[in-house]
Amino acid sequence: MQKIIVGIKRVVDYNVRVRVKPDGSGVALDGVKMSVNPFDEIALEEALRIKERGEATEIIAVSIGPDDAQQQLRTALAMGADRAILVKTDQAIEPLTAAHALLAIIKTEQPDLVIVGKQAIDDDAAQTGPMLAALWGRPQATFCSKLTINGTVATIVREVDAGLETIEVDLPAVISADLRLNEPRYVKLPDIMKAKKKQLDVTDLATLGVSIDDGLKTVHTEAPKARAKGILVKDVAELVDALKKKGLVS
Amino acid sequence: MSLHTTQTSQTSSSEDDAAMLDSIERWVEKEVRPIARKFDQADEYPLDLVEQMKELGLFGATIGQQYGGLGLSAITYARIVQIISAVWMAPTGIFNSHLILAQAVERNGTEAQKQYWLPRFATGELRGGLALTEPDAGTDLQSIRTLATATKDGYVINGTKTWISNGIYGTCFAVLTKTDPKAQPRHAGMSMFICEKAPGFTVGRKIKKMGYRSIDSAELVFDNFPISADRLIGGAEGHGFHHAVGGLELGRINVAARGVGLATGALREALRYAQNRSTFGKPIAQHQAIQLKLADMATRAEAARLLVEQAALKYDAGQRCDLEAGMAKLFASEAAVENSMEAMRIFGGYSYSVDFEIERFYRDAPLMCIGEGTNEMQRIIIAKQLVARNPA
Repeated sequence: MQKIIVGIKRVVDYNVRVRVKPDGSGVALDGVKMSVNPFDEIALEEALRIKERGEATEIIAVSIGPDDAQQQLRTALAMGADRAILVKTDQAIEPLTAAHALLAIIKTEQPDLVIVGKQAIDDDAAQTGPMLAALWGRPQATFCSKLTINGTVATIVREVDAGLETIEVDLPAVISADLRLNEPRYVKLPDIMKAKKKQLDVTDLATLGVSIDDGLKTVHTEAPKARAKGILVKDVAELVDALKKKGLVS
Repeated sequence: MSLHTTQTSQTSSSEDDAAMLDSIERWVEKEVRPIARKFDQADEYPLDLVEQMKELGLFGATIGQQYGGLGLSAITYARIVQIISAVWMAPTGIFNSHLILAQAVERNGTEAQKQYWLPRFATGELRGGLALTEPDAGTDLQSIRTLATATKDGYVINGTKTWISNGIYGTCFAVLTKTDPKAQPRHAGMSMFICEKAPGFTVGRKIKKMGYRSIDSAELVFDNFPISADRLIGGAEGHGFHHAVGGLELGRINVAARGVGLATGALREALRYAQNRSTFGKPIAQHQAIQLKLADMATRAEAARLLVEQAALKYDAGQRCDLEAGMAKLFASEAAVENSMEAMRIFGGYSYSVDFEIERFYRDAPLMCIGEGTNEMQRIIIAKQLVARNPA
């Protein structure tokens, strides 16, 4: 295997308490810490391990987003990606547009494997990977928690509702990384410096010939209702009583 | 596709700094916080953390890039120290003292010494610290007694150093000696040597401490320890005192940063506790008695942080900053002590339990008031500079 492409999305850091803008037009991003989507970090870590095992030669990190997404790509380069591509857009884009943009990159780069996070922690859509596989006409393996590569076949253990499922796919394919696939490494400080010297290309949707698909519109954003404080019960009898009082069981 | 131009400057940019601080923060949360209480209570050296620090590059943090280090500015370095100290102050000593050793070589060594030692320090392959203090000489450095006597091949060192950080696990130390004990002024007879452990250079006892545990503070004993002349820092006798005090500004910024971290960490713990603990029907953070404490703690931590940033900025600009570093060290260390005490009061009875982190903050904080020149000495330095900078 030669090339692996890894999707890197810039999202609000998982430690940030997200706040909705007063007018409901979205989430407040001013001065908010942004990071690499944690599942994308897992995807990258897996690619790095494949390369370290000698099963791949080049890892390309790709992001679609604003100019500032270069920071997340630099993090990916510091973790160990060989080069990076930013598809620059200032508009919020939906999964289908992201999939089209990734497909355009794939056509140029001809990777043997694409690994993305199973979902991004901002919209939790979990759609870009599957859509990309469909557009590309290649197999997909989502929610991967174990990955082994054997020549042109990848064996994937998937986390499904009923437990674990093992499947095989022919490469090239799209794999989406689940939480337990691996534990991403820390970024070493010297590697942050070295990452500056790695290649980071910037392109945009128009150059790639991708138009923004407006099939989805965000109408209104609202914070979830605050949950009422819970109570502690001593035993099952007290629990049943409490549920009866609330009319939840009869 | 247009190619993004890469930066090649020797200093790190603020974007890199943010990425580095982010990496340190993640490491601290994942690796340092979970083990702090256990290792502190067992007074056990955190060997795993040391390996991780090597990987992270912390042992080369302030060493120049041309010698294999990261060449971080004092301000970025101070921020790293703050992040770690806000969770557990002690591990910062593992690389702080080491970097002061490296700095002594980088500032004062011959080019051959720099080429030989600094790359080894930067990787953490050789780790150590600075050996100044003796049983009868601390802040009054000129009264040290360790002797380096010239021989035909070099020198022989005799004497005892104490309170030396990394004394047990470190292998290499910058040792302040007297090459001419009769010299007047006394400092003109002082010289500093790079000493690697070998026969004649042994470690005495590990000192048991109230706080700042897990770090090996130890006695170093030199008994007819032979050393070649190329280990004399700078290659000429009589400059040891200046080498030692020349590193003190950065040393004080270091200690001040630890104080800021500790003051901030104590506040963070106390704030969280005050929001969760309820008395008289509401979280104690809504009682005025607690609010007054939280407000003072937050103000102290923030003021201390700003003083450290100011001193570090001046240091990075190459300006004299003994007054600023002294103020930062004085204020931040006292802020650490006060905030840890106030956090104890906010935690109430639980503060006295070793099941909570806060008693460790309370034990660790006083070190910063005493180490790297006592706060009494800082006040004298500040006052002298104040007078000198404002002639009547």
